[in-house]
Amino acid sequence: MAQTKTTSSPPPRGVKNAVGRLFASVPLLGFLFGFLACVLVEMAVGDRLANLLGLSKIPVLFGIVTIFKAIAGLVNTIFKGAAFDPGTLFHIPMALVYFGIVYLAPVVIVARLTSRLTNNLADALQQTSILFSALVHLALLYAIFHFWGGMNDYRLIVLKLTLVAVLLTLSLNIINGYMGEFSCSHPGFMAIGAYMSSLFTVGFFIDDKVLGAAKFSFSLAYLSFPLALVFGGLMASFGALLIAIPSFKTRGDYLAIISLAFLFIIKSFFENVQALGGARGISGQPDWATLPVIFTVVVIGIWAINNFVNSTMGKALNAVRDEESAAEAMTINTRKTKMAAFMFAAFWAGMAGGLLAHVLRYINPAMFGIQKLAEVLAMVYFGGLNSVVGSIVGAVSISLLSEALRPLEILKWIVIPLLLILVMIYRPTGLIAFREFNIRRILQPRRPDGKEV
Amino acid sequence: MSFTFLMQNLVNALQWGSFYALIALGYSMVYSILMLFNFAHGDIFMVGAYIGLGVATLLLALVGTGAAAMLPGWMVLVLTILISMFLTAFVGLIVERVGYRPLREAPRASAAITGLMIGIILETSNIIFMGGQRVKFPQLIESVTYNIGGVFVTNKKIMIVLVSLALMLGLHLFVTRSKWGMAMRAMAFDYVVVPLVGVPLNTIAAMTFAIGSALAAAAGILFGLAYPVLDPFMGVSLGWKAFVAAILGGRGSIMGACIAGFMLGFIEIMTVPAIQIVNRLFQLNLGSNLRDLIAYSIVLMILIFRPHGLFGEPYSAKLRL
Repeated sequence: MAQTKTTSSPPPRGVKNAVGRLFASVPLLGFLFGFLACVLVEMAVGDRLANLLGLSKIPVLFGIVTIFKAIAGLVNTIFKGAAFDPGTLFHIPMALVYFGIVYLAPVVIVARLTSRLTNNLADALQQTSILFSALVHLALLYAIFHFWGGMNDYRLIVLKLTLVAVLLTLSLNIINGYMGEFSCSHPGFMAIGAYMSSLFTVGFFIDDKVLGAAKFSFSLAYLSFPLALVFGGLMASFGALLIAIPSFKTRGDYLAIISLAFLFIIKSFFENVQALGGARGISGQPDWATLPVIFTVVVIGIWAINNFVNSTMGKALNAVRDEESAAEAMTINTRKTKMAAFMFAAFWAGMAGGLLAHVLRYINPAMFGIQKLAEVLAMVYFGGLNSVVGSIVGAVSISLLSEALRPLEILKWIVIPLLLILVMIYRPTGLIAFREFNIRRILQPRRPDGKEV
Repeated sequence: MSFTFLMQNLVNALQWGSFYALIALGYSMVYSILMLFNFAHGDIFMVGAYIGLGVATLLLALVGTGAAAMLPGWMVLVLTILISMFLTAFVGLIVERVGYRPLREAPRASAAITGLMIGIILETSNIIFMGGQRVKFPQLIESVTYNIGGVFVTNKKIMIVLVSLALMLGLHLFVTRSKWGMAMRAMAFDYVVVPLVGVPLNTIAAMTFAIGSALAAAAGILFGLAYPVLDPFMGVSLGWKAFVAAILGGRGSIMGACIAGFMLGFIEIMTVPAIQIVNRLFQLNLGSNLRDLIAYSIVLMILIFRPHGLFGEPYSAKLRL
């Protein structure tokens, strides 16, 4: 009976379904190989191809920036009468062609053609441990990041900031998504992490005007960087404890306001302590936050947070969010659960702050204000509450969007909020909310008929 | 440190408190009806100040050309306040319609996000239309300084405090004496059951936003009179502080918002002389920019010992995030 059913129904039509059928038998490994192929193609022929297409350089950020730049130039010409170079309009189709040749074609071709090979490989990997399989995938992903980001400094910094944003968003999602409270103090935790880790690295190993001469100096000092990050995270976590003790006595919006006051206090504190640079902040952090370091920390962070939210405690946290009195009746110690989750989230926010300080290599208190709060909240709610994948999607899309829309200048701050309002109206909990993150399902091979094994 | 110095600071505190209280009222009223924080409110205050600037400029131009009767300065001021309150009420209505009404059924935090985003849009539009420069607010009345026993009081300060007190009294009368006010209070009591007996939730919510925005516009104009330089981000710091005041007063309590607004102004102004005293007593050199740190620490202390604010009711079962 099942057979007659499959033969009688024609394959569904439409571009989306056609694309779906094309890639139905491609496992994640295949896509990773495809992206690796793109990056290698770009490394090999990118410059020459861009020249051939009449572009002055490799299109920035997959050509999106190039296209928006041309549009912004046209808009400026129409409304402000600025001088117009018709050549920039020509860049739009050329950037699209470049995108097609360098990115789209290799992914489609390599992913599709190697699907038999990659499926066998994925099968073989599945026979080994899940940890090994995940590590192989991560190594491939890192290789893609490494070659893509290695091509110019701009890409590298965008990549680094995006990775830091992922960690930050995930940590806020623990509080706002999984716990269902509204915390405003995340920039404060970041600030603590950033300042404390800078205190550690700059204070101990660097000659600095504010923090004094180097106390130690040896060539392997960068090995202490994880220690500095963890120190920053722990201090942020301690700050969270100070909020958590009074906040979780009562229910309601109490945390929102206490954490807001905490944010103001932390910002004002760092502005006033001259020993920490005052309003000018600390600069000259050592360049230890390299791509592999950030990648490793963020992967460990995602792994830890994913395990946390799927643990008994994470489930207890969800129960507390949905119905506190019922959770209490099920012998959950609600206050302790909430405090632990809050401190855990603050720890990772502190880590992210430490990374940020060493990516930008300067910090000042003004960076950790209301604007930062709006940015992180936007990432969490855009991506989706209560979902690890959602947070990753939200952080990556908002980060890349705000880079891609840079040519629009000030209009960017109309477009992004409008987009977020639309998302809130049509999907109030975000794009990918309440979705579980199942590593086994993602890594498994796909059968040619597209059915899961 | 004399008595007159203390009184002088008290006068300043009253003035700052009026701004905070008027803005805090908007937060508090919206919260009492919808259980939502309207994070765009600080920027509505900014828009109100700019609308006031436009109205005042227009009125002054009319007076100058003789198209209107030769109005005295205070009449222009009153007209400016009334017209701007009326116009800014529409901004509040739009914010409610676009950002809050579609999200009535959504988690409350989502509506807070739309509010935050509308705030950013308002700031950005201001930068686009006004060029992002600071603009000067026209001085509608002559500044006269009275010397009362060594305390210097300008007529503007007196006027600011009196106008804001009058607006608060008006709001109080509206809420307690009118039919609409009664509907608002009923809605604040329970917004699930009250619509069932025929009180339209959407109308009441829109009205709350309109009244709150009108009060914010009044605060904006008064602020423009006292500190005649407007910039697009003036609503951020003042708005968030007023939000703190609204919470301090007790969520949804109108009287609480007023008193906490004045209290926050008082705390902020008074920390500066307090720091000076501490410096003199202990031979320290603390800067007066510790103001925020100390003020918010005090607020935090109050909230730790009175979690529901000064006049708020303890958390009830219907408060759910």
